[in-house]
Amino acid sequence: MSKHVVVIGGGVAGLEVAGQLSRAGIEVSLIEKESKTGGHLNNWHRLFPDRRNSIEVKEYLDGMTHNQRIILLTNTTIERFNRNKGHFSITTNEGRELTADAVIVATGFDLFKSARKEEYGYGIYDNVITSADLEEMFRTGKITLANGSVPDTIGIVHCVGSRDEKVGNFYCSKLCCVTAVKQAVELREYLPESKVFCFYMDMRMGGAFYEELYREAQEKWGVSFIRGKVSEASETIENKLLIKVEDTLAGRPLKMKLDMLVLMAGMEMSEGGEKIAGLGGLNTGENRFFAAADNHFGSNKSNIEGVFFAGTCTAPMNITETISHARAAVVEVIDYLKDGK
Amino acid sequence: MIIKGKKAVWNDYQKEIADNNYYYVRSCVRQNFFPGSETAFLKIMREELNKDVYEHPCHTTCTGIGYHGDIVPVETTMTVVARQFALMTEAGYENLLPSCITSFGLYTEILDTWHHFPEVEKKVRKQLKKATGREFKIPKNLAHASDVIFKFRKEIGAKARYKLINKNTGEPLKVVDHIGCHYAKMFPSRGIGGAEYPYVLTGMIEEWGGQIIDYPERRHCCGFGFRQYLVQANRGFSIACSKEKFESMKPFKPDMIITNCPGCPMFLDRWQYVINEMEGKRYGQNGEGIPVFTYEEVAGLVLGYDPWDLGLQMHQTDCEPVLDKIGIEYAPEDKYKLNILPAYSEKHNLINV
Repeated sequence: MSKHVVVIGGGVAGLEVAGQLSRAGIEVSLIEKESKTGGHLNNWHRLFPDRRNSIEVKEYLDGMTHNQRIILLTNTTIERFNRNKGHFSITTNEGRELTADAVIVATGFDLFKSARKEEYGYGIYDNVITSADLEEMFRTGKITLANGSVPDTIGIVHCVGSRDEKVGNFYCSKLCCVTAVKQAVELREYLPESKVFCFYMDMRMGGAFYEELYREAQEKWGVSFIRGKVSEASETIENKLLIKVEDTLAGRPLKMKLDMLVLMAGMEMSEGGEKIAGLGGLNTGENRFFAAADNHFGSNKSNIEGVFFAGTCTAPMNITETISHARAAVVEVIDYLKDGK
Repeated sequence: MIIKGKKAVWNDYQKEIADNNYYYVRSCVRQNFFPGSETAFLKIMREELNKDVYEHPCHTTCTGIGYHGDIVPVETTMTVVARQFALMTEAGYENLLPSCITSFGLYTEILDTWHHFPEVEKKVRKQLKKATGREFKIPKNLAHASDVIFKFRKEIGAKARYKLINKNTGEPLKVVDHIGCHYAKMFPSRGIGGAEYPYVLTGMIEEWGGQIIDYPERRHCCGFGFRQYLVQANRGFSIACSKEKFESMKPFKPDMIITNCPGCPMFLDRWQYVINEMEGKRYGQNGEGIPVFTYEEVAGLVLGYDPWDLGLQMHQTDCEPVLDKIGIEYAPEDKYKLNILPAYSEKHNLINV
């Protein structure tokens, strides 16, 4: 008899998991709270480090999941989640009862709500935007200020909501540095006359080809990298943004007028993930993401037998790592089901 | 500027403010700087709002200036503050109402410390008992005096004789609000509107007809900053801070500045005079300075109190340009007649009327 796995979350990890499970002959119910799958991928234009169009990745994932073994339930959330005698019974918001042999949680992440860093004025000053807002601009091809004019000087703030005790996030979101470098390069491509400044604490370019992109940003595109944290932003009478930052390499405070300020919003445990953690009694770590059963040998395993994790619901990851983590989760599930549990 | 965003922040930072029966503690320095302000506050509270406000004659400094000036150790400070609480407890009051921003910040900090480290509170209780024989209860409510005026801003507005409106143009006066650093920068959740976009003075100004200016150096220190001023060698830094603010606010053409801290009006007022003497610069319109007020003075003016009863003659930057813009009646010839005492201070014993 065919096994049935419920996958919670239809982002990159959930789609990859569902696709790989179905390839292995396992029936899948894929639950997505939004009206369409893809998660944050839908909001991104080009991906680092090679600036591939995100649509290509989405097309690959859609291709994986278009098969008869996968039942896609969009606009669906989970209201009840119980384990009984090795099986899981799940109740959706529409009252649908699902029974599963195993569950994969792939609830992803939420972008840090940048308005929480009040000193940067997101939602208050017209031309303070987030990395996600800028991606939307890249998609439309119009990089403009609130009054419709083209920005000349643009600042990018790293670590917004990451490595920040004040907001309760000690961890590094890992991808904001490379996103900032990618977006800085793209800004210079779109607006060759513009000046772009990145304000960083440390440049954490740990992925393949990240360092190369960082070098290109400096050498080819003339992006200025200033080591120091922006302390506050305010608006001048000319509607420009005045930022204060400490240039820690020059060893002095700095004030700068900008047309636009882009906040590199970090990654946080998703609200959906928190709900599932509560319903299912799943452990979370100090960083509020799901806690893996073992950091080295069991990063896909949870504290409950038969429940597995995939992707950024456990920690910040890029798409490559997310897909690898999802595939690893599939291996764990197949192994678990093979034992006849 | 997206006002909706600001309002969302304001909504996030609300606080409970007692409705009546306050134990008022004066500032060490305000009666020297702007002597009419605390008197006006008591008159407004008692006579306009019919509130019970009690003062204890044995109340002392909270040591805030010494604490922030690195002179008084924290344990001493906590014991002195514990004594203030003991006086309040003995008087039968539970709602502590400091006039001073630094006192408010210090009381907040100490209560928070005791909350997280109960063993410290226990030690301080023991020290107070040993030194004075007194015991105390933790205040049920702690609000700064500007919080209370904010709470009753509509009631004051309803009684207003004047609005913060230019009588010639009908336009709202442009007002710079300057919040004392110790109001919310240490504990944003204890200030109305938080630390980044405080609403406590903005709410008063909006209610009384004025318009707040959001200028780039809004958050910058006034120049008091304790060590900047108390250490004589640092005073150049103090005036530089004030100048930074004036330069930043000038393009917005403010009509006046409102403050809620003992030091801020002093420094923003006096340093304008000094900068003019040193560099011949003035930051107001028509070659004038920008008048600086305490919130009690502004409330008093709105209620129609005589400017000289409010002590506006003690300001070094003349207040008359604002009085004239609003159309407030006053007798210029009485400005420096020091034998004219405020009518209400003759009538009442100011302590515990």
